[in-house]
Amino acid sequence: MSNTIGNRHGSAVVTLPSDNEILITRQFDAPAELVFDAWTTPELVKRWWAGDRGVVTEAQIDLRIGGRWRWAMTANGGFEVVFSGEYREIDRPHRLVRTEVFELFPDAEAVGTLTFQESNGVTTLRILARYATHEHRDAAIASGMEGGLQTSLNELEELVRQAA
Amino acid sequence: MGRVPLCDDEKWRTCRYQHMMAKVARAPTTADAFNAVAEGSRRALLDALGTGEATVGDLADRLGLTQPQVSKHLAVLREVGLVSVRVDGRRRWHRVNGLALQPVYEWVRGFESTWNARLDRLDDVLVELQAKEKLT
Repeated sequence: MSNTIGNRHGSAVVTLPSDNEILITRQFDAPAELVFDAWTTPELVKRWWAGDRGVVTEAQIDLRIGGRWRWAMTANGGFEVVFSGEYREIDRPHRLVRTEVFELFPDAEAVGTLTFQESNGVTTLRILARYATHEHRDAAIASGMEGGLQTSLNELEELVRQAA
Repeated sequence: MGRVPLCDDEKWRTCRYQHMMAKVARAPTTADAFNAVAEGSRRALLDALGTGEATVGDLADRLGLTQPQVSKHLAVLREVGLVSVRVDGRRRWHRVNGLALQPVYEWVRGFESTWNARLDRLDDVLVELQAKEKLT
């Protein structure tokens, strides 16, 4: 079998379905069970959640209704990024509902609904985050953007260093 | 003295949050695309214009709004360059200008890039796990 790594890279799509929501959609060439497990198993979360933007330092998951989760990473810029919340609905491998808060901005709690829809071996993951207000939603986008910008600048710095 | 007040230890989280909110609140003004698309009816108008030019009357019929309501929202969209008007005799045709949405698009794209980095790695992990399953 040929190596399929990278086929779908960069294909996540972010839309804003209403004033207080963010929807992230991405497809994976894997069964829904596996994608669901990657979101609910600490050893697996540790391998992907930081992306290329840092290192996951903590992935606590108490997978039951009312159970807490807390994921932390040290970003490449040296700062800590911590998200945490509580599980509300667990329906493996179809649906996972959890509250989530970026611990730096504890007032802006969101309810995150993840759905895993499998069809012909392809699983569509939808992450819908609903915030209490429009302002909190916008703050979440702004903070996510700063993380991205930080990484781009770091990469640029690295390129410049290599070229020198 | 710095312009940004320092956050004391006890309240630094709230304080950082307020700084962030202040930053967010500063961005949208009455004269930019962010404010223009923050209102539901105005987004509906942009959607409707996405299918082609239309008059105030057409838009009011299609969206179930009154003509004065449509005119009011179109004025905001025109002010920030999201909508332009072509006069043809006695009719005024409105059209959408997608380029004016660029700042909004750029803003969301940064967030999207963060999530792409994350989900690309998840993708790699899933491929690896499946390769292992096949071996065993």
